[in-house]
Amino acid sequence: MTGLTGLVFASADTQFFINICITGLTTGFLYALIALGYTMVYGIVELINFAHGDLFMLGCFFALTLGGAVMALTGSPMATIALMLLATPVFCAFLNMLVDLTVYKALRTAPKLAPLVSAIGVSFVFMNIGLFWGGSQDVNFPGLIEERNLLAEDSGLQFTTTDLLVILVTAPVMIGLTIFVKSTSLGKAMRATAQNPVAAQLMGINVNRVIAATFLIGGALAGIASVIYGLKIKTIGYQMGFQNGLYAFTAAVLGGIGNIPGAVLGAIVIGMVYSLASAYIDARWATAMVFVILITILVFRPTGLLGARTREKV
Amino acid sequence: MSDPLHKDQDLRADDGPIEESQKTSETPLLNVSELRSGYGPIEVLKGISLHVNAGEIVTVIGANGAGKTTTLMTVSGCVKIRGGDITFDGRSLTGIPAHEIVKLGMAQSPEGRKIFPRLTVLENLQMGAFTVRDQVRVREDIEKAYHYFPILKDRQKQLGGTLSGGEQQMLAIARALMIRPKLLLLDEPSLGLAPMIVLKIFEVIRELNREGMSVLLVEQNARLALKIANRGYVMETGSITATAPAQELLNDPRIQAAYLGE
Ligand SMILES: Nc1ncnc2c1ncn2[C@@H]1O[C@H](COP(=O)(O)OP(=O)(O)O)[C@@H](O)[C@H]1O
Ligand SMILES: [Mg+2]
Repeated sequence: MTGLTGLVFASADTQFFINICITGLTTGFLYALIALGYTMVYGIVELINFAHGDLFMLGCFFALTLGGAVMALTGSPMATIALMLLATPVFCAFLNMLVDLTVYKALRTAPKLAPLVSAIGVSFVFMNIGLFWGGSQDVNFPGLIEERNLLAEDSGLQFTTTDLLVILVTAPVMIGLTIFVKSTSLGKAMRATAQNPVAAQLMGINVNRVIAATFLIGGALAGIASVIYGLKIKTIGYQMGFQNGLYAFTAAVLGGIGNIPGAVLGAIVIGMVYSLASAYIDARWATAMVFVILITILVFRPTGLLGARTREKV
Repeated sequence: MSDPLHKDQDLRADDGPIEESQKTSETPLLNVSELRSGYGPIEVLKGISLHVNAGEIVTVIGANGAGKTTTLMTVSGCVKIRGGDITFDGRSLTGIPAHEIVKLGMAQSPEGRKIFPRLTVLENLQMGAFTVRDQVRVREDIEKAYHYFPILKDRQKQLGGTLSGGEQQMLAIARALMIRPKLLLLDEPSLGLAPMIVLKIFEVIRELNREGMSVLLVEQNARLALKIANRGYVMETGSITATAPAQELLNDPRIQAAYLGE
């Protein structure tokens, strides 16, 4: 009798654990999209773009406004989602590039602190725009996707429609990005510029164009994250950029800042740690746990999980 | 065994175009006149003039800090021209960005090699051909680079950062050759390398020159540079203080005392 109860409990524990992992994984995938923008920009101009989280926040408001209009016009959730997924990345991409052209570009040869402080400034500007756009209260994002468990109820496992959405959108994006950076001419130019901008110029690479492309791509990824976040989390607010940006940035550092697969890995680790710590320790300690893990890993691997290890011979 | 680099053997091509270079009617491939440039408040080049005729190897020698690297970087467009002018192949380079200058047919193997450490040897070569559209030609040129430096073929899948200093130097030169440059700028290709490797590299430079490539070579190893060059310039703290055919500079007692350690 006790044995049997024990078995049922164990199995319920396992189910609980798996569910927590699924949550962790989808959270991680979401952070990965944002983390990629930090890591790619850092890799190429050595700038920690503090405004990136707030760009993501503005993307959420853009998606909300656009979604509301399209939904009112067409009444079709599918068309609305599709349009949000197309237009929001474009909006964020150009906004990101615009900031680079108007603010960071002029400071390219200035001491690193100058663009960094400017990025913090841009972050505040974005937050204020968000405040005007959406007000000081959190806003509900329309539930365009019916939240439904895709797994059989008696399995005790939870994998919902929005979980599927996260995977369906982010996985191809990340695979596509990897292929792009690995094999296309622009992708190779990006890696070369990140590794040695002067040599890249001597190869005939237009470094300014490569940097602009990096801001475009990083922005587009944040825009995709905005839509997914809105559809999955369903609450947005002007302050959301700070915390989400911080997690994503942490993910980028954890994986090895400047390293693209590293950012994805770091984001998954952080999503997992956050989710497991919330479930098994205390939600209030989850953030602290994330940073405990970060610091521990950085003590043993200062360049992050996948950070550059090749010695550069002079 | 005598050091191969210090044998008084003349490394120059027999058909060295010294006489040709003295013809004043010919417009030089590269002409630098009254060039001034520098970094921030520091003015490094104080109005230097030099030229490279088609088919020549020209060397600029001078002590550390004289401004040799700055000269090459300004010619390549990485450092801004502040005064005077540079013309290449009849075109003024003032205001032309570095990546456009490459397309005019000028390549540089920079000081410290600056290869891409986390790209493979092959990818480094492909980056060298970034401006070349014709992929058939790129593949041919990669084979040609392997012909000059066979070790690079063995290392083609290895990351650039894992190569030895000599291999990195060979890669830097091979990478610069990928655009089939009319003018090749070389910044200290011998720095820190074993004599045998230096000899190998200098032989390739001479071979490239024989095939028609013009070379502007910057070296602290003045003896070596003057042996391979047609003409030389001596640079001191941002100014050109002497210029003559390389053989004359080699025989000049003041140059011998100051730069050849005699
Ligand atoms: N990036 C730079 N910023 C400021 N000063 C520089 C820079 N590069 C070189 N210099 C200075 O310019 C002068 C010439 O340097 P360089 O052209 O490297 O000489 P060389 O190649 O002959 O050794 C030196 O005094 C050096 O300190
Ligand atoms: Mg130098």
